[in-house]
Amino acid sequence: MTQLLVEGVSRQFPGRRGAGPTRALEPTTIAVEKNDFITVLGPSGCGKSTLLRIVAGLDRPTTGRVMLDGREVKGPGADRGMVFQSYTLFPWLTVAENIAFGLAERGMPEKERAEIVADYVQKVGLRGFEHHWPKQLSGGMQQRTAIARALANDPEILLLDEPFGALDTQTRGLMQEMLLAIWEREKKTVMFVTHDIEEAIFLASRVIVMTARPGRIKTEIAVDLPHPRDYHMKTTAAFSELKARLTEEIRAEAVLAATEH
Amino acid sequence: MKPLEPVGNTAKIVLGILFFVMLFAGWSFATFGGYVSKTFLADPVTMLHDGVELFVRYDFLHDIGMTVWRVLGGFVLATVVAVPLGIAMGAYKPVEAFFEPFVSFARYLPASAFIPLLILWAGTGEVQKLLVIFIGSVFQIVLMVAVSIGATRRDLVEAAYTLGARDRGIVARVMLPANAPEIAEILRLVLGWAWTYVIVAELIGASSGIGHMIVDSQALLATGQIIFGIIVIGVIGLVSDFLFKAANHRLFPWKFA
Repeated sequence: MTQLLVEGVSRQFPGRRGAGPTRALEPTTIAVEKNDFITVLGPSGCGKSTLLRIVAGLDRPTTGRVMLDGREVKGPGADRGMVFQSYTLFPWLTVAENIAFGLAERGMPEKERAEIVADYVQKVGLRGFEHHWPKQLSGGMQQRTAIARALANDPEILLLDEPFGALDTQTRGLMQEMLLAIWEREKKTVMFVTHDIEEAIFLASRVIVMTARPGRIKTEIAVDLPHPRDYHMKTTAAFSELKARLTEEIRAEAVLAATEH
Repeated sequence: MKPLEPVGNTAKIVLGILFFVMLFAGWSFATFGGYVSKTFLADPVTMLHDGVELFVRYDFLHDIGMTVWRVLGGFVLATVVAVPLGIAMGAYKPVEAFFEPFVSFARYLPASAFIPLLILWAGTGEVQKLLVIFIGSVFQIVLMVAVSIGATRRDLVEAAYTLGARDRGIVARVMLPANAPEIAEILRLVLGWAWTYVIVAELIGASSGIGHMIVDSQALLATGQIIFGIIVIGVIGLVSDFLFKAANHRLFPWKFA
């Protein structure tokens, strides 16, 4: 069953100081099945973040529309949880209060909230840090809290915009495994944007490759690797083969993007 | 000395005290040495003596109390009006477009220039004193709070939206707490300015207050009393600053963690 439908969505940013408008995203159509995990892979500036922001309702498409469960997306809402690349925990709230933010906005009673928060604190491995301020956490822990905060809201779909982009390679690997483990257990529709080829393959059941600016879908590659996956997966032959294929696809775009700037 | 090299704790305190010691030494040298006429500058001992005299004979405590109450009264009034308006301006751009040009203009009107007008309108009573402080503080607070709220991190606002927050929730539970320490800091700063306005207000048409005492002393050439009064103002400022900082640490532990 198709849960998310991106229908001919494009985005143009108005030109500044006489320059023509910038086409960030060419008309793009993507259908995402319920409980599917897709990654959107592309070089920087290909409009993949713009696409995600449009799905989140934080940006408006110039043409086309986004349908979630048959309803058109008009603005941001609790049914689409988002994890940003920048650290967006509320610095004045503790880890537990951050995770409870969406629930509190919904008016859920304190006691119910506490149960859900405790559950997600445990799932993302932050036991003992509930009462820390974001400032006192490492980057990886902050992003784990951000994932817990988005999931605690029980959204229809989880949107992630290069959430591990600022982390070191080792931490990033651990975070990928943690996210995947949660997904394997709980099932959730996930749309994950990244420029990291390995990350795109490791997490997804389907990788959507985008071209350099203006962004459009170049190709889609199904990832038929078995679940549950862990870090061993990254050294298997099947994984390497996919990686080689995607490297070819993305390299041409990266070269194009690099020469443009 | 290396740039930005931190200074030890003991050295920091010693250096801070040293300045005051040197100031007093220089002052003593100039006055006791006879280099400056007593008429123009009292020596430190006379100053202290005059200070004690002020409390014992002239009920200076009452003057201090009056001045503090005027500052706080005017300042609290200004805060009650300015903070909500500043938040509304920072959050809602049409509100900002409506008020901003006027407030920016009004901010440059010197509060002291209003004193003659305020005396005409409100007499020389307490209302006039409070209004001087109010006019001097309110526009400053409005503008600075509006700027602070308007500069709320966009990504925090967006994160709150994706968590289901509505427009009111964004203002009340993101913009306000995110900027609360900044607003407290603005209030601390403006309170310092309010102190200068109150003295000016008391220099003209007042029958009590530290400023009034200073004017009286000028007529009597009692420079010791004037200097003592100025020092008292400085000490009160220092104490209120300290209290503000301590309160901030308690109210916003996340900022100082």
